[in-house]
Amino acid sequence: MVRSERVIFGLSGAVMALFLVGLLVLATGFGVDVPGCVTEMKPFEQDTLFQTGDRRWELHVVARMWAYQMPAVELPAGSELDIYLTSGDVVHGFHIDRTNVNLMAVPGAVTYARVRFSEPGEYPIVCHEYCGIGHQQMVGVIRIVQ
Amino acid sequence: MELTRSYRNLIRTELIVPMVLLVIGVYGGLMQVLFRAGVLDYDPLLKLLLDTVGAVLLAVDRLFGRETDPLVAALSSVDLRSSIMYYWGLTLHGVLNAIVFTTFFAVAFGNAVVPYFLKQPLNTRIGWLSAIVMLVGTGLAGIAMFSGQASVLYTFYPPLKAHPLFYLGAALLIVGSWIGAANWIPMYRRWRRENPGQKIPLAVMGMFATFIIWFIATLSVAVEVLFLLLPWSLGWTEAVDVPLARALFWFFGHPLVYFWLLPAYVMYYTMLPKVAGGKLFSDAAGRLVFVMFILFSIPVGAHHQFADPGIGTQWKWLHTVLTYAVALPSLITAFTIAASLEYAGRQNGGRGLFGWMFRLPYFSRERWLFSYWIAGLLIFIFGGISGIVNASYNLNMAVHNTSWIPGHFHLTVAGPVLLAFLGMSLYLVAQLSGKEVLWRGAAVAVPYLWLVGVLIFSWGMMRGGLHGMPRRTYLGAGALNPDLQGTPLYRADWAPYAEIAMVGGIIMFAAMLLYFVVFFGTLFARRVREAHLEFPVAEAYHDEPVRALNRLAPWVATAVVLIVLSYTPVLYDVLRSSFQKAPAYLPEYNVPEKQLQETIRQGQSSQPTE
Repeated sequence: MVRSERVIFGLSGAVMALFLVGLLVLATGFGVDVPGCVTEMKPFEQDTLFQTGDRRWELHVVARMWAYQMPAVELPAGSELDIYLTSGDVVHGFHIDRTNVNLMAVPGAVTYARVRFSEPGEYPIVCHEYCGIGHQQMVGVIRIVQ
Repeated sequence: MELTRSYRNLIRTELIVPMVLLVIGVYGGLMQVLFRAGVLDYDPLLKLLLDTVGAVLLAVDRLFGRETDPLVAALSSVDLRSSIMYYWGLTLHGVLNAIVFTTFFAVAFGNAVVPYFLKQPLNTRIGWLSAIVMLVGTGLAGIAMFSGQASVLYTFYPPLKAHPLFYLGAALLIVGSWIGAANWIPMYRRWRRENPGQKIPLAVMGMFATFIIWFIATLSVAVEVLFLLLPWSLGWTEAVDVPLARALFWFFGHPLVYFWLLPAYVMYYTMLPKVAGGKLFSDAAGRLVFVMFILFSIPVGAHHQFADPGIGTQWKWLHTVLTYAVALPSLITAFTIAASLEYAGRQNGGRGLFGWMFRLPYFSRERWLFSYWIAGLLIFIFGGISGIVNASYNLNMAVHNTSWIPGHFHLTVAGPVLLAFLGMSLYLVAQLSGKEVLWRGAAVAVPYLWLVGVLIFSWGMMRGGLHGMPRRTYLGAGALNPDLQGTPLYRADWAPYAEIAMVGGIIMFAAMLLYFVVFFGTLFARRVREAHLEFPVAEAYHDEPVRALNRLAPWVATAVVLIVLSYTPVLYDVLRSSFQKAPAYLPEYNVPEKQLQETIRQGQSSQPTE
């Protein structure tokens, strides 16, 4: 291997390593993480929303062809929301606009994400996984008020 | 090497049949962008076709005084609702372009490359067996897809259910490709005996790497299809474990990407430098790259499942690190190919730091193949960078399943892969038919027109994706349907991106039309010479022997160890977090298929909702 090759291969590796460090900092320092493995909650049929603390809420959503089975969500700005999601039929998606909540709703399993809404406004939710011919109509919304 | 008629026809069949299907797949792509942007809400050509066939049949029946053909009734009852047509076309687009075309090409290319570089004849009987199994598989899956009974897209995630023929056809296509590649092993053995101590030709090593990766990866999807989906779709099993099926699918789904890419890499390393007028910068770098792909292509699949439940974050992180490792061989390739092109440019008289760039045969009609490779490489710069974004763990949350993703992969599989495959298909078919490539000016224009189109298309898709525009969604009837203005469903902010993607898509379609004219024009042109098979073969500029890179077996063994280590915890998590199995659903109904049949049996009319 000639010198230029060694240099460039080393640099490539170093850049990739640097990226990895960045991602790790983002995950641990800033709490931007991906969903993990949920074993303590079984798939549920019923949706619900309840308060678990000062400005903390828990939301259970069942994705179904072709609507989200979920209560109307209207929370004050600054609320933190724990979301549990499952599917009642086929695979669906769950992406809350302008947030890092990006989940798959998979039948047989439950998934989880936490999100903090600091800005008031409407946060549309879209299903982003093909779930049959009504897929494009599958939406929801979370409202955050002052 | 003597080219028997059987051998020529084998490779020609494996190239021409999928090319005909690609015409349909590409047309599906055009419909996609028009539907998404809300410009069309039915397929005019399809309607015309159905109406014409129906009218002809009816006229024939009248002429002979027969009862009306049942086929006429069947044709007129085809459900042309746009939301059905969109996902029907999207399934065809994905399967025909990304699975059928690519798999046939890889086998055909190997059938040409391996005998050529090893100077050993191909056993055409086994070659034909492989081709026939693949063709039958494609036919069966095609029947299921065209008849609208397999609109499950090319990822076929259960519990959306396709007709059993779809799964059976997919399995046969894969098995046929295994047979095709297994056919090369005795040739290699014989070559080894006759040439002791010699390095295996780089092109052959690349094709073996391609099919080793393909074989290991497809084992997983074969298990998914044969043990989970096929019995379930036949009604032998009641329900299917969806998280398990998804993990098995993505074990296959990412290495599939390298199965697409590596034949293009074989061309870049062993042929491109020669056509450019130079040499391959480093032979050892090429070998290192192929070995790294064998090592790291497969234990990375969980990076497609960052948003999935049932896999611990630590294992998702492990797969991120391994995915970063598999980015390295592509970075090495970027350097090696650029260095080879610089050498070629300087040989052609280029001077100075950048002067060599202007001395490459971009628009040469004699060396027209160069345009297909260089345009693909330029597109791949953006495809590679966006791929690293996708693989980046938490960064993926910003793009997962948004239109960013198809924006990205049209810069890879529909960039360097497609263009290299198109160029090589034309090259091989012309040679093996004894034809001259017609309209070379047009042939050279295709890749650049495609480059412009795909960059516009992907820019629209990716930009829209960052604003949350979903992938594989018929937006024209949803978020971009003007009737829905004022409801939370309507998303005016996505409209410009869908329209930009549409403009790009139309240019891409125009480029493909031009290509098909050249390809089929050449195919049907007059024969001007004897059929032959000749590849441009690049010498190496640096050609130091690296013994460790000469044998593949130890690397394959290491890869298997890596796969076991990275996938055991993933499968363990998937199994312990999956609580119940799911019954089958059809895409048109929001109740399980069983319940649907029950309702129909009871004579109640069930109204599909749209």
